Order: sequence, then structure tokens, then C-alpha cells
Amino acid sequence: MALKLMKGNDALAEAAVRAGCRFFGGYPITPQSEILEYLSKRMPEVGGHFVQSESELAGISMVHGAAAAGFRTMTSSSGPGFSLLQEGISYIASAELPAVIINVQRYGSGLGDIFQAQGDYFQAVKGGGHGDYRMIVYAPASIQENVDFTTLAFDKADEYRNPVLVLSDASIASMMEPVDLPEMHEHDPNKNPEAARGKGDGPFKRITSTMYYIEDFDTYVKKKYDTMAANEERWESIQVEDAELVLVAYGITSRICKEAVMLAREKGIKLGLIRPITLWPFPAKAFKALPDTVASFMTVELSPMPMIQEDVLLSLDARKPVHNFLAGMNIPEPIDIVEKAADCIKQTAKGACNG
Amino acid sequence: MNSIICSGFGGQGILTAGLILAKISMDGGKQVSWVPSYGSEMRGGTASCAIKVSDTEIYSPFIKEMNTLVAMNEASVDQFESLVKPGGVLISNSTIIQGRTFRSDLKVVEVAATAISEELKNIRGANLVMLGAMIQATGLFAPEFFADGIDAYFDAKGRNTPLNRECYMAGVAAAEQA
Amino acid sequence: MVERLIPTALVEDNKFCPGCGHGIINRILAEVLDEMKLTDKAIGSMAVGCACLMVDTFGVDWIQSPHGRAAALATGIKRCRPENPVFTYQGDGDSMSIGFSETMYAALRNENITAILVNNGIFGMTGGQMAPTSLPGQKTVTSPMGRNTDLTGQPLNIINQMKDLNIGYLARGSVTSIKNINRVKKYIRNAFETQMSGGGYSMVEILSPCPTNWKMMPDKSLEHIDNTVTTYYPLGEFVKKGGDSNE
Repeated sequence: MALKLMKGNDALAEAAVRAGCRFFGGYPITPQSEILEYLSKRMPEVGGHFVQSESELAGISMVHGAAAAGFRTMTSSSGPGFSLLQEGISYIASAELPAVIINVQRYGSGLGDIFQAQGDYFQAVKGGGHGDYRMIVYAPASIQENVDFTTLAFDKADEYRNPVLVLSDASIASMMEPVDLPEMHEHDPNKNPEAARGKGDGPFKRITSTMYYIEDFDTYVKKKYDTMAANEERWESIQVEDAELVLVAYGITSRICKEAVMLAREKGIKLGLIRPITLWPFPAKAFKALPDTVASFMTVELSPMPMIQEDVLLSLDARKPVHNFLAGMNIPEPIDIVEKAADCIKQTAKGACNG
Repeated sequence: MNSIICSGFGGQGILTAGLILAKISMDGGKQVSWVPSYGSEMRGGTASCAIKVSDTEIYSPFIKEMNTLVAMNEASVDQFESLVKPGGVLISNSTIIQGRTFRSDLKVVEVAATAISEELKNIRGANLVMLGAMIQATGLFAPEFFADGIDAYFDAKGRNTPLNRECYMAGVAAAEQA
Repeated sequence: MVERLIPTALVEDNKFCPGCGHGIINRILAEVLDEMKLTDKAIGSMAVGCACLMVDTFGVDWIQSPHGRAAALATGIKRCRPENPVFTYQGDGDSMSIGFSETMYAALRNENITAILVNNGIFGMTGGQMAPTSLPGQKTVTSPMGRNTDLTGQPLNIINQMKDLNIGYLARGSVTSIKNINRVKKYIRNAFETQMSGGGYSMVEILSPCPTNWKMMPDKSLEHIDNTVTTYYPLGEFVKKGGDSNE
């Protein structure tokens, strides 16, 4: 195992290539542009195709075309650009085509700014585009996970014939850590008989919303997403066995929370951590399996308003208090998380409500 | 767990210094993370990177308080000196940072990195002089092991010169005398 | 014994309105694909609009594009499957309004695809709203007093936008007479020949009647194209890398 020191964006792009991705269409936007830059050089080396599209709308549409042609394909964007991808994502989902979408989160609505944030949570997990679809959303917390979950995203996209989102952020994009890269995987674009390649002697293919051709589509599509929800939850639980308060955080924030848990334990404060790895489906099972010692929760989010808090409350049937630590545009200090958590433990003991 | 911040003007090779440290740490079997600064710090003209080197899993890759500060300019000292842990190491580029009183609870090594690199006719090697002083002062790695790592780093890029090692070793020597 | 020849791609009767030009264009496109032996290999990128009605009746592999993005989809398909003939079939609303950027950039990149752009001067499927191609003074449901070019700009001549680009083939025809239909068929054939020889972007714009939304009888619609529409949108071949231009 030869480790390589790689930047988050570069490692993610290389993972896509090794997963057999052979078409990328995308548009520059910080902090994801290095993915384009990397693939502009790398794709031709492996016989793949890179197109710098005129917009994110065009980029995702090129990906749509490549996916319909049977190829493993990906686009990436951030913030305002991710909004523009929503049209295509909805179409790709409705045509039941596999594709991998990367959103390297940056701060804010509108133009916002280029630094790390987690404010695209709702857009990522609650739909984003129009209509009735969901996407598996992976939240990597390290460069290795950028690689592992991008690889997995391609497999899951194929398995469910659905777009899969990897929700990175500006800090993971720009930091470096050692990674163990997987072997090169070749994807056969002709493996799926439904791929557009000309009708040949057979019937012609109509790659469009599958609702036109599936009987009782309502039941069909609900079952599809119910199956994904039931089978694809992933999470990591740390020191929850005897915890009084459980932190909930994903991505880069979860690593700060891990440090907070260790710090708290040194001080005799019983903190635990649930780190959702899939944001959709949200790992509700992690919350069902907790011991009775857990009296309350605290989400830690890189946004000025709570977002994951909603999904935690849903997972708990709103039966326990869920506080939040809203770091906004600042990277939180573990000690500040511990102090607020200790405070919440006291409040909960006194019977205070959410907040 | 060792946390190090390398800081200086853009162009002083500070991100590369951190990168070399991270790479050699990885090759030395350590867990490592490297985080470049951006946001307000970068707008101030000072670039920095935060490196964590550890035998165990690195949780947060971000650094507030550090064991070691490698400061290439005044602004770096202004920004980070107060955040060095008591007993920590501060490597100061004395070609640029002059007439300054440092905290007394730190091990401060002043090394004329820019001047040394100019003398050695490797003006882009001031960051390597600083690394040499840092390795010597912290004992993070054996100086020779790290020197080989520097050669390997630049060899892999296809642009090594013996001057790189010389700069680094000059930094080691300067810290030895300090 | 008279044999009724139906191109293989026309697998069902079309679903267009009476007097619509799309049916004719479907027929000649299907004939060209058969004559060039491309029907089995062709992949179409389908616009949103009246073009959607072809999805069950025109038997080639289709991918339904989001509104306006047909050229971007075709780019993704063609880059991945360069051996297949890849074409877009779009109306003027799709290709020149919401999809102007995608249409132009496919030409700017000189993508080796064929664009069939059907210009009937309105949004047909949504009920006859004004399009970029609507003529000055043209009454539509969103320009009930007639198109005011002071407020809405001049009609968009897509060929003028493209004719100086480094592309393979560019032509405009109409379907108002046997002669014009045969000429358009030749243009479509030239376009696919350009693509199959690796000649780069090819586009044929086709002036086509929409009696339903024009609120005009079919024969009057054809006269309107010949007498009026062609004064804004002249017919002919404008780029022909493989041979003579402006015949």
C-alpha cells in the first residue's frame, strides 16, 4: 500500500477516474475548480473526455447525455453552480440514469463566499430539483473518504440507476492528507443493454422519464426510494454507549466534534458523537439504538441556521431536546463545543426545551 | 500530536515548506494533515499552512494552539506568537524579523534564512533553511532522515539541486549554534 | 403494382396538428437516415416542445433533453460514442431562446453533431407564445398587439450568428413546396454527410408552418412563409466546408 499525499479535490478527481468515469463536463467555480483542472489533464490520459462547459446547466446536460450513452460520468460544482445543476439532476433521476454529482460546499446564499460551510444541507438532502426524487448523499470527512465515497458513489449510482451526490466542502477540498487510492476499474459502457448506442436490429430506446412507461409509477418510484432509504444508511457512532449528550455533525465538522468528545471525556463530561455518513438517507437507525443515558443532543453545523437539527428531531420523533451549536462562517473550537454541551446537559437536567 | 504552523509572505515558499514536512512525515509512517489558510489571513498578505503530525488518528485538522511556529515575516509573529503553547518552539527568520522581543516561555531560534539562502545562491531555499532549523530545534525527525526526504521530494519533481540540501543543512547548523 | 414506401424510422403515424411542417420534416429526416444506412446507429437528442411528440413515432434511439439543452446532451453522447451519428431535433423556442447558449456553444466548439432546428416563429407546444424568431408585428398570445421590436428586440437569425464560425455545414430551407422539400432533404443529407466524414458541426434550420398557433389555414401558412418569413430568414446553404457555398 503506497500512500500518496493529495489535496481533497485532486484525490476525489483521481478516484472518479479510477472508478471508470470517462466523461466529465463542468464549469469553473471556487472551491471546486481543481477538480476540473485535474480532469482536464487526466481524462485524455485514460481515453476519457473532458469538456469545460459554457455553464453548469450545459455541464450537467452533457453528463446526462454521457450517462444515457452508458458511460460512467460526473460533474462537480459549488454554491451558485450547484443550484444550476438541479435541473439536470432532476432529469437524470427521472430517466433513471446513473451519474455522480459533487458539491464542494462554500458559504452563503447568493454569491456567498469561497470558504467552508455546510449551508447546502437542505438543498442536498431534501431534493434541490423539481419533482419526486431523492439522491444518496455521502458526506466525506477526510481525503481518504473523498476517495472512498466517490468510488462508492459510482457503484451506488449504477446499482439504483440514480444520481448520487458527494457533499464535500471548501476545507476538505483544499487540505492534504495521505490517501490509499484504489486500483483502476474499467467500466463497460455496453454492459447495460439500455444504453443509447443506436437501435441496431432491436427496438429503439426512449431514454426519458420512466414514468411514461412504467405501470403504477407512483408505487414503483416510492418503492425505489424506500428501498434506498432502508438499505443505504451509513453512520459512525463514537462513545455513545454511556453518553449523556450526543453531538451530531457531518463532514469536516464531525472531526472537530471527535476532538471535542475526547476533550470532554478527559474532563469527565459524557459526550458522544453520531456522524451521519449518508445525509440522505439520514441515519435514523443510529438514533433508535441509543442507550437511555442519552438525555439530549446537540448538532454542530457550519451554518448560521440549524439544518441537520430537523432530521435529528425527526429521527427521535421529537422526543428529546436537540440543541445546536451554529458555527456559521467560523471553524468551531473543540473547547467551545464542550462548554456549550456541558451547559446543555445542565439545561436538560433542569427540563429546558430545545434551543 | 505535533502541530506546526508555517507562515510568511506569499512567495516565500511557506506552503511548500509545510508540504515537504507533511510528505516526509507521511513517508516516516506518521498520520498527517496539511491545511492551507485562506480567508482574511490571505487577504492580509500572509499565507500560512497548518500541519498536524501524529502517531494516532488526527481528528480536527485545524490548529488554534501550536507546538511550533515557523515564521518567515513580522506579520506571522504578530498573528501566531500568542498561540504557541508554553514551552513551544518559534523559528524566526531574522533577516526580516529584527529587534523584536519574543515570549520568554518559548524556545526561540532566530535564523537568517533569507540571507543564508542568498549566500548559498538558492534564493528560493529560505523555506528549507527554516525547515532545517525547525527539525533541529524540535527533534521531530532525525536531521539526516529529513534531509534525504527533501532530496526525494525535489527528485520526484525532477528539479532537485544539491543547493536544496545545503540550505536545509545550513538551517540545522544555525539551530545547533543557537 | 404500386408499393407504399415508408422509411423504417416512421414506426407510427405522427401526432402533429393538421398542416404542421414537422410531419414532412420527420419524413425526410427518416428517408435520409435510411438512404445513408444510419437509422440503426442514430442517436437523437430531443428538445422539449412539439419535438417531444416524436418519441414514440420516430424509431431511433432517443434521449429526452431538458428544455434547451439538446446540444449539450448531444455533446456528451457524441464525445462518448463518436462512431454514432448524433443529432438534435429542436424547435426555435428550445434551441434559440432557452437553449441559445447551448446551441451556440456546440457550434463554437464545432462539435461533430447535426442540429435540426425547426423554426415556426412561435412556441407551439405551450400555445403559441412569442419566440425569438417571431416577426415584427406578429400577433401571438404574449404579443397580442403584435411583436414590438423596440421592447422585445429584432427577430433572431441564428444563421447570421453562426455563419462566420469554424463549422462544417450551415443551411436554411423550408417545407412550402415539393421543390423546397427536396432541397431541405438534400441539406439534411449534406449535414449528416458532414458529420459522418468528421467535418464538424452541421446545422439545418427549417422554416415550418404552424397553422394552429398562427391561426391561419395550411395553404395560407405556406404562402406566408414564402412571401414574408423568408424575407427575414433567406434560404440557402451558408457554410459548406465540403463544397460550394450559397448555391
